[in-house]
Amino acid sequence: MKKLLLFVLFIAVTLVTYAGGYRVSVQGQRAIAMGHTGVAVVNSAELVFFNPAGLVYLENKLNVSAGVSGIFSDVIFQNEELGISSETDSSLGTPLNLYGSYKVNDWMALGLGVYTPYGSEVAWPTDWAGSHLVNNIELAAIYIQPVVSFKLSKHFSVGGGPIFVTGSVNFNRNLNRTLTDLEGNRANITVDDSGVTDWGWSIGAMFTPTDNFRVGFNYRSEIILEAEDGEAVFSNFPNSPATPANGTTTFSAALPLPAELSVGVSYEFKEKWLFAFDFNRQFWDVYESLDIQFGTGTSSINPRNYKNSSVYRFGVQYQATEKIALRAGYYYDESPVQSGFFAPETPRNDSNGYTGGLSVAITPKLAIDASFFYLRFEETNESYDFSTDPVSGAVTSFGGTYKSSVFSPGLGVTYKL
Amino acid sequence: MKNTIQYLAIAVLGLVACEPEFDNPIAESDLYTNAEVDFSKYIALGNSLTAGLADGALYITGQENSYPNILANQLKSVGGGMFTQPLMADNVGGFVGQTADFPPRLVLAFDAEGNPGPAVFTGQQPTTNITTSLEGSFNNMGVPGAKSFHLTLPGYGALNPYFGRFASGASASVLGDAIAQDPTFFSLWIGNNDVLSYATSGGIGVDQTGNVDPSTYGQNDITDPTAFGAIYSDIVGQLTANGAKGVLLNIPDIPSIPFFTTIPNNALELDAATAGSLTGFFQAVAGIVTAQLAGGGLPLEQAQIIASQYLFTFNEGSNLFLIKTDVTNTNPLGVRQMTEEELLLLTIDRAALAQGYGSVVLTPEVEQVLGILLTGGTPTPAQGDLVVKAISGIEDKDVLDKDELSAIATATAAYNAAITNIATANGLAFFDIAGVLAQGANGGIPFEGGLITSDFVSGGGFSLDGVHPTPRAHALVVNGIIDALKTTYKASIPRVEPGNFGTVTLSNEVN
Repeated sequence: MKKLLLFVLFIAVTLVTYAGGYRVSVQGQRAIAMGHTGVAVVNSAELVFFNPAGLVYLENKLNVSAGVSGIFSDVIFQNEELGISSETDSSLGTPLNLYGSYKVNDWMALGLGVYTPYGSEVAWPTDWAGSHLVNNIELAAIYIQPVVSFKLSKHFSVGGGPIFVTGSVNFNRNLNRTLTDLEGNRANITVDDSGVTDWGWSIGAMFTPTDNFRVGFNYRSEIILEAEDGEAVFSNFPNSPATPANGTTTFSAALPLPAELSVGVSYEFKEKWLFAFDFNRQFWDVYESLDIQFGTGTSSINPRNYKNSSVYRFGVQYQATEKIALRAGYYYDESPVQSGFFAPETPRNDSNGYTGGLSVAITPKLAIDASFFYLRFEETNESYDFSTDPVSGAVTSFGGTYKSSVFSPGLGVTYKL
Repeated sequence: MKNTIQYLAIAVLGLVACEPEFDNPIAESDLYTNAEVDFSKYIALGNSLTAGLADGALYITGQENSYPNILANQLKSVGGGMFTQPLMADNVGGFVGQTADFPPRLVLAFDAEGNPGPAVFTGQQPTTNITTSLEGSFNNMGVPGAKSFHLTLPGYGALNPYFGRFASGASASVLGDAIAQDPTFFSLWIGNNDVLSYATSGGIGVDQTGNVDPSTYGQNDITDPTAFGAIYSDIVGQLTANGAKGVLLNIPDIPSIPFFTTIPNNALELDAATAGSLTGFFQAVAGIVTAQLAGGGLPLEQAQIIASQYLFTFNEGSNLFLIKTDVTNTNPLGVRQMTEEELLLLTIDRAALAQGYGSVVLTPEVEQVLGILLTGGTPTPAQGDLVVKAISGIEDKDVLDKDELSAIATATAAYNAAITNIATANGLAFFDIAGVLAQGANGGIPFEGGLITSDFVSGGGFSLDGVHPTPRAHALVVNGIIDALKTTYKASIPRVEPGNFGTVTLSNEVN
């Protein structure tokens, strides 16, 4: 048993997971361990996120799942022609998730979820070669979602609910490649806003033709976070009427959190085995451009031109003992970033995700869930070709070879009553 | 417990394994190679261009963006060592209490109408003390103002505070202090001032061609090419004596720099009426001169021929200015119109030009005399004198005339021939910066994000003094040197992106 456990962990370590753009797929420890599948898996209150329609099939009256992941991400960059290289400051993101469901009666369950499906944390060395695109960025969107789940028949259920989002952003970059004050300090702008809120919704359906086979469908709506009257700080600009003044002004910008469609199946085999496959379609094409309007009347237009992307997820669970469940998974995550639009603020190319984890039931009611994933990216020669110098108006390209990796261990608890 | 440790160990392994790494990281790759050159001790020799002087002053960010400092940074990929510079104390430039001779830097300021123009920065006072002697030796030994023969001159520090700041002793020479550091690699860009100071002074110095003794030269003289060649050869001989490799840079064509190309020689803009009256004025002048010469005993016909050179005609639009020339029997007024190729200096008093400097300063008294002439009257000799004296030709110090241009071109060509020959004879790398500058002056040099031209302020190549390069132009020099090192030594060194280097500095902290 111990050997098997080690083996599974080892496989997972040597293999690697995440998601394109600034989507962060860490919405449940049990799901993460299975390649972040779950649209057709009835396992825990994580269903609030993956497919609220499934909540009504949970056996217990009350289900709670809580977890946290520590995301270690690194991006390295080099440009052979110029002999330069840079590495992001290994940042640790700690997205949380909390889900609960309550079965009101045989045909209805209520649920509540708090999760962070979108976020990004990248810190390049200040004034690095791509500092006119980004020095550092931190963005996070917290989703708070009540759901209701109805069993329409033994074979079919639906669920859904509204989503309340609160988001924050902190983004610093240099104005352009060269502008400095008299002392040679690079002119830069920081935009900062938090408590940016909006509403969305999700809806799901689950079809259970036989006892051991389920088909799931879930759709989460697009939400556009619109920052208005955020704080923009201009620093190290020269004392000249030809450039913006140093100091604080306002900004407004809109950041889309794209819609996501998931369909998937799960199959239970000989009671001990569970296989799951999810397909996610993320509608990134809404992210055409990051346009920042400053209170001073100037603006910054940054074409993004993302395309819709897909993720293919595979997961397996093995009930090793009555108390221990082992999980592993794999997924292939397409990047929504198109060639020529590779901005170092979200340096994501296609990736392979390898996941693993286990649950240990401490008591019949309480289980500890552990997960991890490793996202492996191939190195990629890419550039961002649409950077407009706000002073000269010149459009320039910045690029080189990038390579990213993400490793994320996570821990959670599942409680059922 | 044992299990926990095993799992922890695996988790740590996982963390380590996830650090991304390139298949071919540049730090370890063989992309770059020093080939046969030992770059560990690089010494840069030269003048203000090497020192990083810009905007009329030496200051820290200019020094940091000097081509030797940028190059040294690139050389780190191929075994380059530490590179030190005799940094000034601030980004203001100039010396404390010496602002008449060493003023603070120029910045680009905008006036009330939004027009940009260079102005002396007054936001802070200079803090660099001219008498402070810096400790230790420096890799960048560029000395602003140095001419070829200054490099070998013992005690040059007493003549030039820029060298005095870091000279090893009272009798030290620039070259001596360089050799003492035992360079394995050097760059040498010297000779510009051997002809530039003549040019920027408007040619008021002497062309010393034929006089091989520099100790007899004045500040603004042109160095004799033979003397130049001998001194240059001596410098290179000493630098290479221990087997050091190096790169030589030649002397760009001086009249193509914005210091000489910014003020057009035909900037005398006239409307039709003014052009007509100026033409009339000079008809009057010709008449007066004829009368004066005939009155002095010259046959009338000859007097008329001589006076006819003053029948300048002016047209609506742009007209060439008038300049002063020697007063001779054949040009008794000592004035003539500029030719197309002659150049005005950036330092000319532009307000004066607007008031008639370069043509005629019309006072009410002069106009009264013109009125007499217009009505067919005959002015008195004193009145005629008044008219003639109203002519305001541009002074020699403000202009490079065709003889001066010719002297500059001849000397520059001779220096460059010497530099090329010495590079070839010693197997040294050679960078034709003159060719690059010529491209900058004729269409521009493309880079990622634009074009570098020799246009003043807007071109991106020249700092606000119109003579010294911007950081972006220094980057071009670095790429040129890197190419030359590849050609001669097969060394492969990463280039720099000129677009990452700035041009002129904006500030309205000016009086």
